[in-house]
Amino acid sequence: MKFLCLDCDDVMVFAERQIPGDGTLAAVFTCGSCKREMAMLTNPMETQFVSSMGIKIGGREVPAQPMELTRTSLEGGRGDAFALSEDIPLSSADPDGTPTGRVVWTTDAVGRLERVPSFVRGMVKRIYTDWARESGVSEITPEIMDRARTELGLEGM
Amino acid sequence: MRRIRTYRDVTHDTGSEMLEQVVDQQRRLAERLARVRSVVAVASGKGGVGKSAVTANLAAALAGRGLAVGAADADLNGPSLGRMLGVSGARLADRPSGVEPAQSPSGVRVISMELLQEEEDAPVRWREPGMGGFIWQSTLETGVLREFLGDVEWGALDVLLIDVPPGTDKIGRLLELVPALDQMLLVTTPSETARFVVSKSVRMAREAEVGTVALVSNMTGHTCPECGHVSDLFTGDGDKRLEEESGLPLWARIPFDPRLGAATDSGTPLVITDPDADSSRAILGLADRVEEHIGIRSAQSVAEADS
Repeated sequence: MKFLCLDCDDVMVFAERQIPGDGTLAAVFTCGSCKREMAMLTNPMETQFVSSMGIKIGGREVPAQPMELTRTSLEGGRGDAFALSEDIPLSSADPDGTPTGRVVWTTDAVGRLERVPSFVRGMVKRIYTDWARESGVSEITPEIMDRARTELGLEGM
Repeated sequence: MRRIRTYRDVTHDTGSEMLEQVVDQQRRLAERLARVRSVVAVASGKGGVGKSAVTANLAAALAGRGLAVGAADADLNGPSLGRMLGVSGARLADRPSGVEPAQSPSGVRVISMELLQEEEDAPVRWREPGMGGFIWQSTLETGVLREFLGDVEWGALDVLLIDVPPGTDKIGRLLELVPALDQMLLVTTPSETARFVVSKSVRMAREAEVGTVALVSNMTGHTCPECGHVSDLFTGDGDKRLEEESGLPLWARIPFDPRLGAATDSGTPLVITDPDADSSRAILGLADRVEEHIGIRSAQSVAEADS
């Protein structure tokens, strides 16, 4: 899918993605020459079609997590399907899976994490922890979670 | 009329990164499967011919020989492989490199939708906008199958068996994900209806140039446990006709045995509980053929690359 500015005969480049939470999506594209902006608006069915491919328009802020599409799409996932044992490395930041820096979760942050459906909780925890390490944050609080969610575009996490 | 440049005319990067993400998905899948010596699809096109029971028993038979075996249940909407291999309720270790599959008592690494569902009797449902499922469901399920194959930490495998659900379209989906499939076992029965349906799958496998395609005839007859008389369960000879018409080898004729179903129902394949049963012997013979063909395609690829 590409958008062409007919006035300039130039390709329009992705600029921004917004997900208002009602199943729709807005993706803003800008003409490289005249800077005119246009927004592509998708209805829930079209939004679902794109997400069913396991991709995000405009790219990903965080790498695709193992079985991410399955975990985020399945209704009625088994709460204890994925083991969250302490010996499982939390970080995907380094190829060995060895944590590169200690990150502590405050009690409030853990409480908030526990409100995430357990089927996807491990994946979400890893995303926040990786972001904290990469951002030089040693303690994850609810406020830090808000910041990470905004920066990473983690709608619904 | 003015000429608007076509999609292919516009080569400038749009920044949407959609194609790049699809390419990355394919790369991850290819890297994962590069550690598998032989990917074997157990398919049919026809439902009710015993593909899953054959897959479970074949997996256990191969693992029993010391081979590293994985089994992926591609039947997302009617999963049964986990139950048949005795891994129901198993938890999956969640690692950054991938999700570790369940390990069956017979040594098979297993992934199945059954392991991910909360309620045993719940049909598979997807979070959805409530309409238009016909548009996106096939795409989503292909993506889930891609994750079953590519996001599971299979490790180095000698064989990865894939239990393919009924419908030739499901075979087509798998071939799009795994174009260099090493072996495809097409399970049929002596029934004429099975021959009619499976012949379509034969054609699809041929057109896709699958490395090795072979037939497996299941439920070929029933031996009376009292008098030993063998009676046909089906009146036709569809399996023999299919063998003649297709020219494909028939690698196994598996007689019907109620114990085979009972064993898989209990989570322990019959090749483990009673390897001397006629149907177990047939499956062990099938395992011989599959084992003989492990790595043939990759060896051919190397030879072609060298020549």
